[in-house]
Amino acid sequence: MAGTFRFELVSPERVLMTIDADQVVVPGSDGDFTVLAGHVPVISTLRPGVLDVAAAGIRKRLFVKSGFADVDPSRLTVLAEKAYDVDELSAATIAQELKTAEAELAAAKDDEAKRMADTLVTELRQLSPRAA
Amino acid sequence: MASLKDMRNRIASVKATRKITKAMQMVAAAKLRRAQEAATAARPYAERMAAVLGSLASKVTDKAGASPLLVGNGKDQVHLLIVMTSERGLCGGFNSNIAKLARSDANRLIAAGKTVKIMAVGRKGAENLRRDLGRNIVERKDFQGVRQLTFAHAEGVASRVLEMFEAGEFDVATLYFSEFKSVIAQKPTALQLIPATVSGTQAESKSDGALYEYEPSEEEVLGFLLSRNISTQIFRGLLENSASFYGAQMTAMDNATRNAGDMINKLTIKYNRQRQANITKELIEIISGAEAL
Repeated sequence: MAGTFRFELVSPERVLMTIDADQVVVPGSDGDFTVLAGHVPVISTLRPGVLDVAAAGIRKRLFVKSGFADVDPSRLTVLAEKAYDVDELSAATIAQELKTAEAELAAAKDDEAKRMADTLVTELRQLSPRAA
Repeated sequence: MASLKDMRNRIASVKATRKITKAMQMVAAAKLRRAQEAATAARPYAERMAAVLGSLASKVTDKAGASPLLVGNGKDQVHLLIVMTSERGLCGGFNSNIAKLARSDANRLIAAGKTVKIMAVGRKGAENLRRDLGRNIVERKDFQGVRQLTFAHAEGVASRVLEMFEAGEFDVATLYFSEFKSVIAQKPTALQLIPATVSGTQAESKSDGALYEYEPSEEEVLGFLLSRNISTQIFRGLLENSASFYGAQMTAMDNATRNAGDMINKLTIKYNRQRQANITKELIEIISGAEAL
């Protein structure tokens, strides 16, 4: 076990979370990857999805809506435009996000935007029954 | 000569004004603190983004193939000035200072034969610039009734800017806002948005031997960051502006309160003098009347 590393979740408005984490699963746009301490430096963009943070007996699941992750051996910084704690996410919020996401999907012009919006919709749909 | 009753009314009205300005000053002080907190809280995001962007942009050697957001589209003809001001007045020279800077730049560009387009963010700026540059205002965004500025507001502005850029409606975009130096000092600032200004120092501090891997690819990450960077910079401008606005308003209202106090003192002295003069006059009348008997 390589020990812990510093995990930071930053939104444009403020720093949402700082914690010494054991392991974080990051939803990268090329696929999910798990970050442990001593990870190779990576910068990756994110797809909409759930960040799974494990730290000293705590498990937190955070839903992020696009952004990017900056990984180096002792640190993981996730810059996300929007992030919600999955446990605190209410059905109403999900429904609202889902609505905007569906509108985005309908309005998406190029394939890339369409794919992003589509992932978002799928991810949100997966979340909604749990919160309800 | 104003009658005593008029003067009493006058003093009462100045006193009421002082109460209002005093209250506004205190409200501005409270809001300033919140605006400052918001600006500080937003800093880590902007700094991280600038650091990563800086290290990536410094690697771009192929100028021709790079994103137009970074190196420009090769032209310098149409300039877009995004002028950010407040929604409300009563803040001293805050709005006119920003407008002045934007106006002088606009006039300089027009004199140089360039086309100037203005995007007015905030009601006051549009009103100020409408007089002489009304024809150049192509877009207006108001945040009237917005209590707390969020990133979504900045994104709204940014997406419109990007839309216009992709449609080729302008070549260079510059952001005008007031930088918050301290409570009493706000500095109107111009920041070039497109092509992006990337400072070299941040790039160096980041490249301390660490070799990053990029997913999906360097170009894609850079492209993603550049468009996000626009929203981030606009968001920063909005926050700085709101902090500056409350700072300016606080100072202006403090001055107004003090002026009202001075005025009340002067008026009270004048009122008392006249009251005494009237009493003296009446006494003289009574005494001389009694002597005549």
